[in-house]
Amino acid sequence: MNKNTFLYVGLIIFGLAGAFLFPAYKLQLSFLYILIVLAMTWDVQGGQMGYNTFGNILFFGIGMYVASSTQIAMFFSLAEWTDAGGEKTFVHTIPQFFQGFAFGILLSGIIPMLVAGIIGYGILGLRGHYFAICTLALGIAAGEIASGIEIIGAGQGMTVPVWPKEFGSNELSSQFFYYLSFALAVFTFMFLKWAYSTRFGLVLNAIRDNEDKAEAMGIYTMRYKIIGWMVSAFFVGLAGGLMGHINGYIEPTEIAFAGPTFGVFMVLMAILGGKGTLWGPLVGATIFHLFKEGFWTYFLGWQYVALGVLIVVIVVYFPEGLMGWLREKYPEKFGEVIDEADRKAQIELK
Amino acid sequence: MDFLIFQVPILMVQASMDGILLGILFALIAYGMALQWGVMNIINIAQGELVIMGGYIAYFMYVLGIHPAFGVIVSPVIMYFVGWGMYKLVINKVVDRDLFISILATFGISILAQQLMNFAFGADVVVAQSNFGTTMLFDNMVTLPNAKIFSGVVCVISAIILVVYMKKSKLGRAIRATAQNARAAKILGVDTEKVYAATFGLNAALCGIAGSCIAITFTLHPYTGLTYTVRSFMIVIIAGLGNLPAVAISGMGLGIFEEWADYLLGTEFRIAAVFSLLVLILVYRRFKLSRKREYLK
Repeated sequence: MNKNTFLYVGLIIFGLAGAFLFPAYKLQLSFLYILIVLAMTWDVQGGQMGYNTFGNILFFGIGMYVASSTQIAMFFSLAEWTDAGGEKTFVHTIPQFFQGFAFGILLSGIIPMLVAGIIGYGILGLRGHYFAICTLALGIAAGEIASGIEIIGAGQGMTVPVWPKEFGSNELSSQFFYYLSFALAVFTFMFLKWAYSTRFGLVLNAIRDNEDKAEAMGIYTMRYKIIGWMVSAFFVGLAGGLMGHINGYIEPTEIAFAGPTFGVFMVLMAILGGKGTLWGPLVGATIFHLFKEGFWTYFLGWQYVALGVLIVVIVVYFPEGLMGWLREKYPEKFGEVIDEADRKAQIELK
Repeated sequence: MDFLIFQVPILMVQASMDGILLGILFALIAYGMALQWGVMNIINIAQGELVIMGGYIAYFMYVLGIHPAFGVIVSPVIMYFVGWGMYKLVINKVVDRDLFISILATFGISILAQQLMNFAFGADVVVAQSNFGTTMLFDNMVTLPNAKIFSGVVCVISAIILVVYMKKSKLGRAIRATAQNARAAKILGVDTEKVYAATFGLNAALCGIAGSCIAITFTLHPYTGLTYTVRSFMIVIIAGLGNLPAVAISGMGLGIFEEWADYLLGTEFRIAAVFSLLVLILVYRRFKLSRKREYLK
């Protein structure tokens, strides 16, 4: 029993009770959990592995499309569904909805994971600038291609199956997705916490610190890089699948493959909180979400200006992030042993 | 898919001519990117926004009633100071830092610039009419707007001027020296800070010229900047840094590819084709290099 246990228990209780404590903010909290998942999975590449990707949004969009398309295509014709647009001529019955939802969510994790494996084999051999820009191009290309494909609604996007009214009210629906996204965030956190404590986490850090050396030590870095990306893609895909339902509507370039919004948010959140730490992305996502909601509500129209300024300010003046700053200030809390004589010498030097 | 291009072979000529004239523009933007990449080791994601901004200057002149073709003179002057200011405000703090920091910082600038342009000029697609007329070739089968020919000529002339300037002038020598070895240049009395600012300004001025050409030949929209960034990045990695003829050729190659993709796949996949081509080229080069146990860095 240490301090951390209380923290964990407190967070879990907050999450479980959140739907009833703040019923008006259920949707916002669900968004927050999705953002936490995005930030934490970005950190697997950006923070732990040192591969700065703009392309994780690709899996978000694929997950979103896969989840909804599966759910629709299991019972109806997808082409007719998108043709009907907003018209609710096709309605899922209760068993159909949940059956389709379960399969859809399952596939929305697995298919992005496979895509990450295939694409990762191609582009994870790039480094530095090249990797960053290549992934940026990948995300945008996916959005453009998706807005050209007729069967998933092309540029207009598609509607997500509506919650069966006979099963319960809309209130129940938002609670359902609230708890699912909360569970996803908790599961992601637990999984990454465990993964970072294994050899896998050490290898990722070795790749970040010096990839050539890691390779010379006999580690198949490529294999680990691909596995790392597949892990990210799995969770991001699940988040995307849920996001489609929370949103109720899928649009190719602004919601699914939203490079300028979610694609940048995930990078920014991880950097704001401190990349390369377990808690950093979580803290960063929370702060960023609060900030964003404030701005989006009160400064409507100026939000992207604020976002641009925020990116520049954070990146230029605050690249270590919150956790990085705390770590510098209180190294003992992070389990780092400091030589007192060394510290005194450093202070004297200053 | 539209196979009209093979049934009516004259369309191939049309697409290729359009592509070459478009490619000259891309090559000019890419030259600016290669310049700052080579000198400062920074990839400017806001490159495309600088282009669009330069275009809006020409458009603004058009709105005021001045012929937009004069934009190719006015726009680079204004854009030089925009680039210079951008360097002084943000870029000089990220020049020596981690590569990703500069990418992200310029990404932030690009989002900011998009929004400001959106506020200033609205989210509509705009065109500055030049009224230059069109040239008909091959029995009126191939149409070439004179504005495109004009922009091609302007781009070639400004590229030549820049090359001569880089070779002959004092600043050009200082820029080249800094690109080779910044530390040594500093020791020998080159004010690298000034050189960096001038490089950024020159790049922005080039973008200004290209932008005002785009304003009279194509369309302007606040959010289309990123495609120009990606195109110039692609041209630079195909051509290699500091290889000017190759930049020109690969620029035209990209222009032709794009026009052909437009005809063959349909306009809705045009941007997708550009971005996918970048991914494919990078993957191809990675596999080619990995046979020698090397990597793109």
